[in-house]
Amino acid sequence: MSSTNNPSDAVSDRSAQETPLLEVKGLRKYYPIRRGFLSRTKGFVKAVDGVDLTIQRGETLGLVGESGCGKSTTGRCLLRAVDATEGQVRYWMSDESGWTDIYALEGQDLRRFRRFAQMIFQDPFSSLNPRMTLLQIVGEPLTVNRLASGEELEHRVADLLRRVGLRPEYMKRYPHAFSGGQRQRIGIARSLALEPNFIVCDEPVSALDVSIQAQTLNLLQDLQEEFHLTYLFVAHDLNVVAHIADRVAVMYVGKMVELAESDDLFASPLHPYTEVLMSSVLPPDPRIKTRQIEMTGEVANPADPPSGCYFHPRCRYAEERCWQETPELREIRPNHFVSCHRAEEITLEGVL
Amino acid sequence: MTPPDDQRLLEIRNLKVQFALEEGTVRAVDGMSLVVNRGQTVGVVGESGCGKSVTAQALLRIVPKPGEIVDGELLYYRPTGSDGENLHVTDLVGLPANGDEMRDIRGNEIVMVFQEPMSSLAPVYTIGHQIMEAIELHQQVDRKEARERTLEILQRVGMPQPTQTIDSFPHQMSGGMRQRGMIAIALSCNPTLLIADEPTTALDVTTQGQILELMQKLQNDFGMAIMFITHDLGVVAKMTEYVTVMYLGKVVESADVDTIFHNPKHPYTKALLRSMPRMGVKSRRLEAVTGMVPDPFHVPPGCPFHPRCEDYIAGRCDAEEPPWIETEPGHGVRCVLYE
Repeated sequence: MSSTNNPSDAVSDRSAQETPLLEVKGLRKYYPIRRGFLSRTKGFVKAVDGVDLTIQRGETLGLVGESGCGKSTTGRCLLRAVDATEGQVRYWMSDESGWTDIYALEGQDLRRFRRFAQMIFQDPFSSLNPRMTLLQIVGEPLTVNRLASGEELEHRVADLLRRVGLRPEYMKRYPHAFSGGQRQRIGIARSLALEPNFIVCDEPVSALDVSIQAQTLNLLQDLQEEFHLTYLFVAHDLNVVAHIADRVAVMYVGKMVELAESDDLFASPLHPYTEVLMSSVLPPDPRIKTRQIEMTGEVANPADPPSGCYFHPRCRYAEERCWQETPELREIRPNHFVSCHRAEEITLEGVL
Repeated sequence: MTPPDDQRLLEIRNLKVQFALEEGTVRAVDGMSLVVNRGQTVGVVGESGCGKSVTAQALLRIVPKPGEIVDGELLYYRPTGSDGENLHVTDLVGLPANGDEMRDIRGNEIVMVFQEPMSSLAPVYTIGHQIMEAIELHQQVDRKEARERTLEILQRVGMPQPTQTIDSFPHQMSGGMRQRGMIAIALSCNPTLLIADEPTTALDVTTQGQILELMQKLQNDFGMAIMFITHDLGVVAKMTEYVTVMYLGKVVESADVDTIFHNPKHPYTKALLRSMPRMGVKSRRLEAVTGMVPDPFHVPPGCPFHPRCEDYIAGRCDAEEPPWIETEPGHGVRCVLYE
């Protein structure tokens, strides 16, 4: 967990740091659109359209954006839960093995990777099999990988349940007997069963009530400390992301538009879309009057994105260059990346 | 009956709704009281299972079976006469749920916007058809005029390209457009009260902001009252004037919005506010409310919040029902700490 608040400290820290845990280059995921009698491919939905990213060991990287921006698909590609169309995803799994390209893995090696990286899902109601007991659900990863059985299995599951704040006596019960918050804990226990290093948390608290949300966020932070976990935290609630993430990446229509240290991003965003997103956060305080920046039109269609910068039809700062040239992700300030032609000229408002 | 205060639109008095299920009786709403004035925006806040949505269903008399209103009054100060000058007090509980008068009020004077715009619009009819249906049902107009009014209302809710969208099916529209469509149906008959049940929960943040601003604008234009049912404290802070906090079927606190956020009294309200992550407040841990909402078949005796309460007094909170105490005019709390 990088706990530095001063950006200049963060820079020196970072350069001294070891290699990152994970490196993504040119990640693309296109879904074919098939139509007609012969189901010919008529085009592609570009769900993820060129994402570059590194994740440091022990950090929480927040990934935000609106529905359909490709944030969940990105998370899944990092785990090879869906196969990317293009691009490279490399993990530094251990010092002995060095960099591992997960799209080159097969058989035994792929199974080893599956133990290294896990996922926590959004909906605790549909992500647990209703016909399985907690013992079966939480113990399944251990059984499948032949790591434990019988008494040993019960022992390990009991331990996992205790870690997430559930009573081991509940082991023989079925998910329907539990509330949303408890079910999310069951899902977390299952994802921890194989002692992973990296977890993709896909909207882990958005289906939970306010009071349960706070408990779950605390639990995730405690587990991170205890097991030295690295998180990719996919979410749309910026209040939650600002609280939990060390760095935040913003996506819009399959592309990463901005990536920065959390405090830096919320205090002084560099991309106009980030500015709009932040202006739409509603603070839980009637004395703070906010005004959302107006944004024209609808989100671009990922099957037929606009030319140049995908955000230009809705951007209040757009000029000719924005619909002619595609902007690249550039490091404008130390550790602050943005893909906007006009990032140096315009001054945007943050929320901190 | 006392002569009505002319600002008063709705008065919920000690409403109780119960569901008799095989496993036992669920007291979904257990003595809810609330006053809504004309043109006012009231927030009803609470977590899942607190009874906020059932309260709304009771108001429209659409509580699903086996749910039943077992007690209380729903006094609706109904404008009558051609210009709505006179008020006639009607207890909605006394009306047959499917009788002429209730059908006249429901969908016409008291309307509702639901959380999920996809599942609450009919998929096989165009949005225009669904708005025209509401207009034709409640107002004496012919086809042509209904279509004109529909176009007008679509414009007012900011629907993009209304002349084309009027003939679109729900699946051809985005989430924000569908919610605008829902609001258009609700507003087509000039209601006096709009009940909005988590109207923006399923929407993206930028769309949420647009819909909320639309609702504020329409409220200025039409002057209807809005009852906002939500668990989102950010939405409550932005939209409402008066707030009622519910926990397990009971109102635990009621006050104007500034008081609820800056001078809350009930331990539950305080705990909820403390547990919210806030921008700019960097803390390692959130102050979470301990425990969880009990299941509805085993509501704790006494104050239902006592097992999770920090200020719990043994022998009192778990034994007696806390009284409703007015700490100052307009600010009430259900807690023994303020006796």
